[in-house]
Amino acid sequence: MTDSKYFTTTKKGEIFELKAELNSDKKEKKKEAVKKVIASMTVGKDVSALFPDVVNCMQTDNLELKKLVYLYLMNYAKSQPDMAIMAVNTFVKDCEDPNPLIRALAVRTMGCIRVDKITEYLCEPLRKCLKDEDPYVRKTAAVCVAKLHDINAQLVEDQGFLDTLKDLISDSNPMVVANAVAALSEIAESHPSSNLLDLNPQSINKLLTALNECTEWGQIFILDCLANYTPKDDREAQSICERVTPRLSHANSAVVLSAVKVLMKFMEMLSKDLDYYGTLLKKLAPPLVTLLSAEPELQYVALRNINLIVQKRPEILKHEMKVFFVKYNDPIYVKLEKLDIMIRLASQANIAQVLAELKEYATEVDVDFVRKAVRAIGRCAIKVEQSAERCVSTLLDLIQTKVNYVVQEAIVVIKDIFRKYPNKYESVIATLCENLDSLDEPEARAAMIWIVGEYAERIDNADELLESFLEGFHDESTQVQLQLLTAIVKLFLKKPTETQELVQQVLSLATQDSDNPDLRDRGYIYWRLLSTDPVAAKEVVLAEKPLISEETDLIEPTLLDELICYIGTLASVYHKPPSAFVEGGRGVVHKSLPPRTASNESTESPETAPAGAPTAEQPDVIPTQGDLLGDLLNLDLGPPVSGPPLTTSSVQMGAVDLLGGGLDSLMGDEPEGIGDTNFGAPPPAAPARLGAPIGSGLSDLFDLTSGVGTLSGSYVPPKAVWLPAMKAKGLEISGTFMRQVGSISMDLQLTNKALQVMTDFAIQFNRNSFGLAPAAPLQVHAPLSPNQTVEISLPLNTVGSVMKMDPLNNLQVAVKNNIDIFYFSTLYPLHILFVEDGKMDRQMFLATWKDIPNENEAQFQIRDCSLNAEAVSTKLQNSNIFTIAKRNVEGQDMLYQSLKLTNGIWVLAELRIQPGSPSFTLSLKCRAPEVSQHVYQAYETILKN
Amino acid sequence: MIHSLFLINCSGDIFLEKHWKSVVSQSVCDYFFEAQEKAADVENVPPVISTPHHYLISIYRDKLFFVSVIQTEVPPLFVIEFLHRVADTFQDYFGECSEAAIKDNVVIVYELLEEMLDNGFPLATESNILKELIKPPTILRSVVNSITGSSNVGDTLPTGQLSNIPWRRAGVKYTNNEAYFDVVEEIDAIIDKSGSTVFAEIQGVIDACIKLSGMPDLSLSFMNPRLLDDVSFHPCIRFKRWESERVLSFIPPDGNFRLISYRVSSQNLVAIPVYVKHSISFKENSSCGRFDITIGPKQNMGKTIEGITVTVHMPKVVLNMNLTPTQGSYTFDPVTKILTWDVGKITPQKLPSLKGLVNLQSGAPKPEENPSLNIQFKIQQLAISGLKVNRLDMYGEKYKPFKGVKYVTKAGKFQVRT
Repeated sequence: MTDSKYFTTTKKGEIFELKAELNSDKKEKKKEAVKKVIASMTVGKDVSALFPDVVNCMQTDNLELKKLVYLYLMNYAKSQPDMAIMAVNTFVKDCEDPNPLIRALAVRTMGCIRVDKITEYLCEPLRKCLKDEDPYVRKTAAVCVAKLHDINAQLVEDQGFLDTLKDLISDSNPMVVANAVAALSEIAESHPSSNLLDLNPQSINKLLTALNECTEWGQIFILDCLANYTPKDDREAQSICERVTPRLSHANSAVVLSAVKVLMKFMEMLSKDLDYYGTLLKKLAPPLVTLLSAEPELQYVALRNINLIVQKRPEILKHEMKVFFVKYNDPIYVKLEKLDIMIRLASQANIAQVLAELKEYATEVDVDFVRKAVRAIGRCAIKVEQSAERCVSTLLDLIQTKVNYVVQEAIVVIKDIFRKYPNKYESVIATLCENLDSLDEPEARAAMIWIVGEYAERIDNADELLESFLEGFHDESTQVQLQLLTAIVKLFLKKPTETQELVQQVLSLATQDSDNPDLRDRGYIYWRLLSTDPVAAKEVVLAEKPLISEETDLIEPTLLDELICYIGTLASVYHKPPSAFVEGGRGVVHKSLPPRTASNESTESPETAPAGAPTAEQPDVIPTQGDLLGDLLNLDLGPPVSGPPLTTSSVQMGAVDLLGGGLDSLMGDEPEGIGDTNFGAPPPAAPARLGAPIGSGLSDLFDLTSGVGTLSGSYVPPKAVWLPAMKAKGLEISGTFMRQVGSISMDLQLTNKALQVMTDFAIQFNRNSFGLAPAAPLQVHAPLSPNQTVEISLPLNTVGSVMKMDPLNNLQVAVKNNIDIFYFSTLYPLHILFVEDGKMDRQMFLATWKDIPNENEAQFQIRDCSLNAEAVSTKLQNSNIFTIAKRNVEGQDMLYQSLKLTNGIWVLAELRIQPGSPSFTLSLKCRAPEVSQHVYQAYETILKN
Repeated sequence: MIHSLFLINCSGDIFLEKHWKSVVSQSVCDYFFEAQEKAADVENVPPVISTPHHYLISIYRDKLFFVSVIQTEVPPLFVIEFLHRVADTFQDYFGECSEAAIKDNVVIVYELLEEMLDNGFPLATESNILKELIKPPTILRSVVNSITGSSNVGDTLPTGQLSNIPWRRAGVKYTNNEAYFDVVEEIDAIIDKSGSTVFAEIQGVIDACIKLSGMPDLSLSFMNPRLLDDVSFHPCIRFKRWESERVLSFIPPDGNFRLISYRVSSQNLVAIPVYVKHSISFKENSSCGRFDITIGPKQNMGKTIEGITVTVHMPKVVLNMNLTPTQGSYTFDPVTKILTWDVGKITPQKLPSLKGLVNLQSGAPKPEENPSLNIQFKIQQLAISGLKVNRLDMYGEKYKPFKGVKYVTKAGKFQVRT
């Protein structure tokens, strides 16, 4: 006897018959009828017409029948809201039933009925159930709050259910705790700022206790919640890690991965010297590997996460290469992920094994996989220098197989190998050329053309080869066309005599017959270059190229750090932060790894200075973009790019006289020549390293090495991060201001934390209170490669336009590079504006002091300063605060001082020092009293440093 | 959390849907079908698919797709684990997890799904608890129910639901108290052309079948617990005891369950019990090739290797194969190009071999790829890692249970490249 009988229909009209059965007197018949209704519902048939009849069956003491009716209600209440009201009474009654199973069932079902009218009636029973004596009912009620919140958030808040839910985190039953956490997490997701899960050491302790006792699913909720907590110091982090590690041996892979997330995140806070750190690293490997023996779907998610983990901490899995070897019957999505991780783990120690495997994969059936395997061989060559030779010969072997797509992929990667190791493997070019005809994919064709152009002097028939491509120029893809254009120009510069015709042909194809603007522009540029200054052209086109970097597809470090916080989530599968794809743009809070904070000062090495500190001190004065736009839109700092005016007549002229300079007129009357290295000139190889390369990101936010000596100049505060890399697509700017020998400068440290090279830096200030402006353009001499840091001192003057800012010393800055324009604002210390001739004549001082009205006088206390009058005086003098007179009144030292700001404002000061007391009293008088506050701050900074 | 679930068969029919929150239209599955079409092979459908408003996370089990719809950020592993648990539960209740079984028991399936998930949060997934809430169908019970009018839904709160040992119900009673443990080890290996091991590891599990009355507290100890350094435990195991004493101490669930799974990866511990001599070659410019494989015992610890099956995925251009086995029988499916050789036992005196000709499509180029051999075998009474149970002690109950341990080694993903 099976349920399939419920699907049989009679001709008479199913609904009609069911109706009759539902209203039958016999209990058995009723139940059977409800089962039939449910069966129809499961396959998507509309049985909503039976609503009143089914609801009539609700009042029953048969639990199965009740459950079935509830199932039906949940499905159709939405479409029949008026009818659903009929059910409310039964619900309310069931919530008081002596059987906890029925109470829980009722509260659970009510939450699933998404009808506004009903939710109002739900509140009272729910409140009761949240306080029920039976934990089973409480845990069900906790989930019900989340359901209700989804339907009517306002109602839940008004009724105070959120507070009740928070109380449940301290419940004695671990299952209730877990459900409360789950419900709160879900609610918090739609209210990112609500701070619902306010975690403190006490609640963390409760969660950790519940963690050991609740179900596997509850453990996942609790672990995910723990991951959002930031321990106050390394000791707390360690103790949480210790209590989480046993979860790594859980049979449920989701528990394991959530535990891994917590550990990976909190590990960030542990010092690497700690024994425990090493132990933890060792403990992480086995569970990750074990995930790979699970079902393929689990493997896939695990692999995506492992991909992140090996980028962040390669040491965890460096000995586990073999588990990533591909089995031929793995699903393709697993194969591709494994391959990716193999490359990441490839090192000199295991490269032989890896290569042997890759070669094996290159003969498999699946085309996508084979292609990726061939690419992987190329990536190995670039990553592990010692293996390059073996990789190249492996690739050559593969080319010999003549399997079309293998050959094409091989050629694409060989191009990269040439770029990484110039003048080493060019002997293989002949073999490559043999396969010219079989290439039909644009990428492979472009790669081959690049090779021919680059090594034109070694290939006897380079002109013939390129000419053969030229025949079908217009059918090629843009990529190939551009490559062909460049290659032929290179060839011409190398062998000018025999290829003049060819270059003429390609230039005219590119400029006249093409409507692709990129191609046309490049064509004209070359044309112009060749016609005006062939020597310069050579310098530009044949310039040495920068070496390509080792790993091409690493995730940007800032993004990686964020993703590590999202291990185990969808974000980790897509390798994108949730803000990039979570529905509805609910402001997702960016998560970041906790900074390393040591509990014990003595263990704190200079490197591990708390990274959070400088940013915390920085007041939030970032202006809205709108404020800045007016002033910064005219930020045109790039080289002037003006395309040649394209007229038909000039084109004809060009065709007539190619190299004779006739093009000059074609290009119009542009004043300065562009024969210089302005245009597309590849940056010189091996960029000069201006600043010391900065090691790992987080610990170095404070640059302690900035050895800007304060020889005679004023006090220079340490550099603070002005623009975190997260906000500026990988560009991190920290800096400070200094004044030395009468000139102000802004000392900047630019760090490239992105993966691409940054060039074309420029800077501009918004109008500000004292007219600070850059006195010279921002000079970054070489492109900034990834992970490189450069220190720049930007001279400033005070002749820029003036606008009063709030606070007075706020400076809004825009920095541009080839990626984007970034805005930040910072506060400069006022003492950089104190000029050297700020010493007032004594008489003058007295007169001015009297002259300034008393309401302009401001008094401040400088505490905790133990210097004597002498030392104070010298110290201040260094920063251009001059002591004019010193008196001793009733045992107190009185210093009279003056200073002048760059805009001519005088500030007069009286500093009272009580010997033996660390507190000074500072009275300031100035015609512009609003500066007093900032002058006082300057005093404070100078005296305390 | 999990929003909806669709069950889809291989021909693309959605035959069951369940929604835990609002109803999501079936049309969301179109994105899944699209991905399925692209993947060509059912096994290659990516497990996570994003659509404009939802994410689809799916598993493929027993020729069925379990497709779940989620709307917010949810740990995908959580969803996948849960879906497997659903499939396990169907298997447990109906003896098989198939479209027919699910359709036959559609009301129970619906009740189960409702019981397993509430608002997308897992509620009860332990088979012990579920079985108390909803009784599995048996012929006898349905007869009894139809006579007495009682139902197969329990009306009391399952005892395990809230205790600290949710996996065990109270009041278990048996007349014969028994505890059996199966130590099952699977060898995953990749052997290269020349016969050397590229990669090998052992995936082991200890499955238990415990039928003990009351609340027994068991301790299982091993002769050589050091082998187990990478383990995953059933929640019933006390982790602290294991950490300190290397003893598995637990109050077991009632019935069948997986106590631990473990992995032994250090290469010197992984013995490879069989070797394969092979020569598969295709002649250039002719439509035939030669096929010759022989299997022999290697490090088999003196035990008989049985249940050997060799499966070969031949290249596409192979039309037919004409082979002679010295033992067992073979089949070649010209559509899927899969060659299966059912060998049986190895007798060292006469090694089994399979030789003959391969017919290729005429005119097609010689295949580039070399087929891999997939080998299945079984060795009774042996745990290849050498793991041995020392003793099982029971506390908390007075009776004397009957105890037994069985060992078996099998091939897992055992591949020989040619």
